[in-house]
Amino acid sequence: MSALKTLLASLLILAAGIAALAAATDGFRAFTSETARRIAVREHPRRLPSLSLQAADGRIVELGGLRGRWLLVDFIYTRCITYCSVQGSEFAQLQDRLARPIAAGRALLLSISFDPAHDAPAQLAAYQHRSGDRGAGWIAARPLNAADLEALKQVFGVTAIPDGLGGYVHNAAIAVVDPRGRLVAITDWSAPDEAARYVFQGARP
Amino acid sequence: MIVPARWKAWLGRALWLALAVPPLQRALEATMTLQMLVQIPLLALAGWWMAASLAHRPATALAAWNRSGISGLLLASLAAMLWMLPRTLDAALEVPWVALAKFLGVPWLIGMPLALSWPRAGFVVRGVFLLEVVATAFRLGWLYTVSPVRLCSNYLLGDQQQLGKTMLALGVAICVLLAWRLMWGHVAIHGER
Repeated sequence: MSALKTLLASLLILAAGIAALAAATDGFRAFTSETARRIAVREHPRRLPSLSLQAADGRIVELGGLRGRWLLVDFIYTRCITYCSVQGSEFAQLQDRLARPIAAGRALLLSISFDPAHDAPAQLAAYQHRSGDRGAGWIAARPLNAADLEALKQVFGVTAIPDGLGGYVHNAAIAVVDPRGRLVAITDWSAPDEAARYVFQGARP
Repeated sequence: MIVPARWKAWLGRALWLALAVPPLQRALEATMTLQMLVQIPLLALAGWWMAASLAHRPATALAAWNRSGISGLLLASLAAMLWMLPRTLDAALEVPWVALAKFLGVPWLIGMPLALSWPRAGFVVRGVFLLEVVATAFRLGWLYTVSPVRLCSNYLLGDQQQLGKTMLALGVAICVLLAWRLMWGHVAIHGER
């Protein structure tokens, strides 16, 4: 009797355990929070908050005003000496790759600093110059206050942590925002072609 | 250990409460190694001690459903699996209800079932369970040591590799301890009835 009861209890526990594990991993697809963020964005596109940013030329850019074209967004801080510097040159190369859509007003690159206290327009401009900015279609900007930064980090799912050396480590990626102003995908920062494909194919690749 | 059951239960509650004190919680979540190998095991230990408070009535009622401790060990294993996912380690820092679930779930679904089941488990059941513990330490240790990707957004890569090495060391330590006990220690073949 006790053996049967134990078998029954074990089967129930096993079923509940598998269900819990499935729920915690989006059906065994996401074992890390980074994968989970990408799945969540792909399945439920997120509307961007309406807020203003200050660009490298000092001007104020309305995030909502950028609608109507594909936006490729990355998060940076200009003091970064590791892979963020590669992120910059990748965006410069994307300027070449997307030259036509950019000229036609169908695409725009946007780098947002998550270290606005340090990244004044001058630092942002220097960062773009250093990265080989081609001159058109790439805005580097910073949020104007802490609340806006928090809202941006929340929507894009950006986590930046101190690296113990005075800098940051963050889950770098390229976020794709569609012309309707919705965040529809997050792609690897090291695979800019994947992000560019959204612009060329005009929809989800 | 010859600590009276009543004391043990209070010790468990005190430990549980202490771990929930924000400064200590933050300190134990500061690195991946501390969260996974100190905070979560201590929460489980709190649950183990608290099980002493239900030593008689509910425990005997449960015993019929927990022959050789199999159901309880299965429950603890599955719950432990959940709290070993990089995603849940991350979420426990970012999402308040996940943090709460950890503080409730680890003592009640890992520590307590272990305490109620381990004494009932015989040589074979214990062997299977420990084998899985050692295998998990090596599997995760290897994964964290070699992964070039950060698996938790809230922890540094170096921290992750440190956790990996510590888990490999832990796996070796458990193996050595078990080998020593098998050769020179006292090994019970049957669990409690």
